[in-house]
Amino acid sequence: MTETDLLQTPLDALHRQLGAKMVGFAGYAMPVSYPLGVLKEHEHTRQAASVFDVSHMGQLMIRGDDVIGAIEKLVPGDIAGLASHGTRYTLLTNDQGGIRDDLMVSRLGDALYVVVNAACKAQDLAYLRASIGNQVEIEELTDRALLALQGPQAAEVLTRFSPAVQHMNFMSVAEIHFHGTACLVTRSGYTGEDGYEISIPADEAEDFAQLLLGEPEVTFAGLGARDSLRLEAGLCLHGNDIDETTTPVEASLTWVIGKSRRARGGFPGAPIILDQITNKPARKRVGILPEGRAPARAGTEITDMDGTPIGVVTSGGFGPTVGGPVAMGYVKTAFFSPDTPVQLMVRGKALPAKVARLPFTPHRYYAG
Amino acid sequence: MTMKYSEEHEWVTVEGDIATIGITDYAQKALGDIVFVEAPEVGSEINQGDEAGVVESVKAASDIITPVSGEVVEINEDLESAPGTVNTDPTGDGWMFRVKLSDPEELDGLMDAAAYKAHCESLDG
Repeated sequence: MTETDLLQTPLDALHRQLGAKMVGFAGYAMPVSYPLGVLKEHEHTRQAASVFDVSHMGQLMIRGDDVIGAIEKLVPGDIAGLASHGTRYTLLTNDQGGIRDDLMVSRLGDALYVVVNAACKAQDLAYLRASIGNQVEIEELTDRALLALQGPQAAEVLTRFSPAVQHMNFMSVAEIHFHGTACLVTRSGYTGEDGYEISIPADEAEDFAQLLLGEPEVTFAGLGARDSLRLEAGLCLHGNDIDETTTPVEASLTWVIGKSRRARGGFPGAPIILDQITNKPARKRVGILPEGRAPARAGTEITDMDGTPIGVVTSGGFGPTVGGPVAMGYVKTAFFSPDTPVQLMVRGKALPAKVARLPFTPHRYYAG
Repeated sequence: MTMKYSEEHEWVTVEGDIATIGITDYAQKALGDIVFVEAPEVGSEINQGDEAGVVESVKAASDIITPVSGEVVEINEDLESAPGTVNTDPTGDGWMFRVKLSDPEELDGLMDAAAYKAHCESLDG
């Protein structure tokens, strides 16, 4: 794909003005880093607050008389049990128990506000319309940008624009006006830090981003930092760590399957997924901590201490906050336990590593 | 000492029959924050065009292609604990390894500073 084929987010001109290095990602021209660089953008996010343009992600509004009943046919999450203005991380599963996509679902009165991955949004939309389109109305919010403001100072910054965001619960949604512009704000993110995701009309996005950037705590951060932050936080990237062939149980995402759903089932792949909860899966996603300095990238083979293959790295790189390489991947059942010694086959050499507890960097979400 | 350059963005300087090799400022800028350098083993024989090592940034791994042939006689061990030196001083303290040249004539095939500058400009379009 050449650059001219790439779609642009509403902040495209601002990224270029700020000197961002742009790359193609999921069909969009996206900033991978700014002149500050991935390492410093990562560190800044852990220490202060950063704005990420995530407008490439799909934003949907689903409305209807039984919108909860409809969506619960497709996800294993307990959406019925979600409080009004609650937000939940859930999965679109397939009939084999695999993961079509991971998504955020927020309850707004009788509607659901849904955010899906950029790379999956076209097929998600087609699948949702084919599956439940006769029961509910599904609207793609194509005229909205999505900005993530992440970091320990995110709340202090955003509260200056509206006091209403200060005490929002972690994983909740609210309709907030910033200078008269109606936005949808969730207190959530993809960094392991406190923060917000702000859905804003596309034609207001650049002005608002400039206002945020004008705050002393705030800088812009790109996809590079977003990836190292989420990896340290142990969060999955669809297409790498989870996909159509990995089940939620294998992916160590059993917690997303609501208690009531374990009893009721009724989501795609339920027989396979519920059986794995009882009988344990053959493999599981774990953290992997290389003992040396060499990063192990996605696709690196994991072996036992005798050199027998036991799994594969699905995400790996350098963790700036950890100060060394970090990875996650799937290993066979016998190797689940933290501190189990394993080897990583990097460029033909067996490098020592250990299975590690996730996250590598403790989550610091808002706890009220 | 004259610095010579390869199309793959390595630089070489020579003193006697010992060549010092590193990556260029253009390369370190393109790679971004460097977090790991794997140099070849001391004592190994490497040939021009071989993947002699690896430099990893936060984003990705990239091969170090040796611009000259010879026996590796020294590696920059400081880069193990401070790989970021490649970003801050790519053609100085950020050197990567030294080889005893087996074919000094290879140097004639490398670019001088002006030719390398033109090469980088052509890549930036």
